[in-house]
Amino acid sequence: MNSEITGAEIVLKSLAEQGVEVVFGYPGGAVLPIYDTLFKQNSIKHVLVRQEGGAIHAAEGYARSTGKTGVVLVTSGPGATNVVTGLTDAMMDSVPIVCITGQVPQHLIGSDAFQECDTTGITRPCTKHNYLVKDVNKLSSVFHEAFTIAQNGRPGPVLIDIPKDVQFASGTYEEKNKIIIPSHRLFEPSPDFEKNKIEEAVELISKAKKPIFYIGGGCINSGPKASKLVREFINTVGSPVTMTLMGLGVVGSSDKNSLGMLGMHGMYEANMAMHECDVMINIGARFDDRVTGRLDAFSPNSKKIHIDIDESNINKTINVDVPIIGDVKQVVEKMIALWKEKKFKIDDKTLKLWWDKINEWKKVDCLNYNNEGNQIKPQYAVQRLYELTKNTKTFITTEVGQHQMWAAQFYKFEEPNRWLTSGGLGTMGYGFPAAIGAQVGHPDALVVDIAGDASILMNIQEMSTAVQYRLPVKIFILNNEYMGMVRQWQELLHGGRYSESYTDSLPDFVKLAESYKAVGLRAKTTDELDDVITQMIETKNTVIADIWVTKEENCFPMIQSGSAHNEMMLSKDQKQDKKSAEKGKILV
Amino acid sequence: MNKSVYASPDQVSETKRHILTVLVDNEPGVLARVIGMFSGRGYNIDSLNVAEVSNDENISRITIVTHGTSEVVSQIEKQLLRIVPVHSVTNLDQEGSSVEAEVALVYIYISDTNKKKVYQLCDLYRARKIENENNTTIFEIAGASERVNRFIKEINEITKVEIVRSGPVAISSIQKNEEE
Repeated sequence: MNSEITGAEIVLKSLAEQGVEVVFGYPGGAVLPIYDTLFKQNSIKHVLVRQEGGAIHAAEGYARSTGKTGVVLVTSGPGATNVVTGLTDAMMDSVPIVCITGQVPQHLIGSDAFQECDTTGITRPCTKHNYLVKDVNKLSSVFHEAFTIAQNGRPGPVLIDIPKDVQFASGTYEEKNKIIIPSHRLFEPSPDFEKNKIEEAVELISKAKKPIFYIGGGCINSGPKASKLVREFINTVGSPVTMTLMGLGVVGSSDKNSLGMLGMHGMYEANMAMHECDVMINIGARFDDRVTGRLDAFSPNSKKIHIDIDESNINKTINVDVPIIGDVKQVVEKMIALWKEKKFKIDDKTLKLWWDKINEWKKVDCLNYNNEGNQIKPQYAVQRLYELTKNTKTFITTEVGQHQMWAAQFYKFEEPNRWLTSGGLGTMGYGFPAAIGAQVGHPDALVVDIAGDASILMNIQEMSTAVQYRLPVKIFILNNEYMGMVRQWQELLHGGRYSESYTDSLPDFVKLAESYKAVGLRAKTTDELDDVITQMIETKNTVIADIWVTKEENCFPMIQSGSAHNEMMLSKDQKQDKKSAEKGKILV
Repeated sequence: MNKSVYASPDQVSETKRHILTVLVDNEPGVLARVIGMFSGRGYNIDSLNVAEVSNDENISRITIVTHGTSEVVSQIEKQLLRIVPVHSVTNLDQEGSSVEAEVALVYIYISDTNKKKVYQLCDLYRARKIENENNTTIFEIAGASERVNRFIKEINEITKVEIVRSGPVAISSIQKNEEE
């Protein structure tokens, strides 16, 4: 009955029972027993990356595009330290990940053995929880708890460190439903506890004259139903809505209530509306500094409602009037029911006045850019990419920098889970492996990594992975030969001294693609652009499209560090006042 | 603290000492998780005390003395609760009433000239002499931190001493029903 199996077999059995279909990983000495077991089975697919950092971003892309937990398998020492960036990224952006690391056998722990490192020590602050499993009989319960913790409450990464001798040892497997996780180790929403607060919130919204919904990534993490409910509620109220970088897609770009993204490079109308609103309804966002700008001038005259699953986000940077701790879909469902039950309605005339004001702000046309000449503007490249892919099921990933912001501004998202970008940590090199993960999760979809020439080089080795697994990922490089965002800050804040932000000796991206037996394309002028994009989409292979864009284009609008929402810069002729510029300079 | 423009403008309450009681699963790394949260997020630990308090349930009680505005301390409490093996966090100052005590061991350098004064002072503070095989003068004093502070200050004025302190432990003194 309780026949014993090896630790490595327990690992695979646990993954199978958890419904894992794919593992992203890289083998090494301390995980060989697990790889040996992997070899002998067919139910779980393994994607071999070219560097462990690629594995964890791929798992993130897989997780965020599918809603499942991403699984990573790497070896001890450098294998483990290489995933630290990805773990931190997943921690910041609340991505459910289970990362399995091998460890040297227990009798060698602490002896500075070959490829030994204190993995649980190093990863403690960048995981939701981590384990060093010393007893093979606890392995299955640790796995089942790890998957639960990764998905429960605010999702995040969990790491399991397994010494090699534990992988070889024999022990018993326990099934998922036999494991009881003590309640204090999980987040358990108390449905009745927040009832009063929900009533208070709904009533506050009904009395608003200038309401705005401020939507974050929490709505996406709460599942597709949450986005549906949020849309329904906003429509019922008739209020404008703005989304954070992580929340794009919760409400469709074409929705009449959508003002687009807010924050540092957000829309003028969205930031102005946040500044002037009288009731702010934050759903699943965390008042990040990229969103708020200067805190003492942040939305000074509003009552703030904050719905978040993580209590530590309440009053962390912005004090709120009505905090509600809970899962978005449950809370919003109750809000809708209550709104209908009490027959609440904001007076049409009041709302119209508010919308009139917003429509005035819209006339500023903040995304306007000069599109003269036959050189490709980066904004135009993203616009054309959108136009030529909008009727296809498309996932967009990005790296970090100017191209990321242009993608957020000019690509229009109508669905949640289609937009994968590193928001909290801002990890260059995220987009390409994330696109690989998304493509593995959605083999038939179009997956495009909108990249910069600097970012793409941070994980370019994954070309080999993409080609090996016949993943037709498209890399769309906005190539300006600069680290564009660094250059932009140097131009605005450091007197135009472009210290180390120009990349000399970039590879020939077309030849680079060809050397991996992928397809390389290039557009140098506007008349070549559409053809290149069409060809890229139609190619059933991994593609690098090297788009030469104007070199010194800046990303606007911009709230410079140290400025408030109503002090947006719309072009570079508009200078920040000296005092706040000085203050802003020390910020990131 | 660094005054940043990102710093919350509402932080006006005064900085105060707070005693937090944290009940945790007694598992490897749990103390590192707790103190790592403090150092990682820039909070202060004035003293820390940890010991297992139940043999059967494997639960440890951590007593942390910290200082900060009420906003900062409330953030500390919430961050502690995010740690998976943490059962509960209680701010004893908000509980209303609590009892705290700590222990100090004091090695006192004694000579014929100060002997009388030392013993008088120890008597006054009810510091108890601890017998040991080398027959050196080591006293143990227990009680509220304030009292231990006063004792140390006064004994320092008399002679040279070497001190070790446990830091305070504290418990809520509010009446509870047995069923709870």
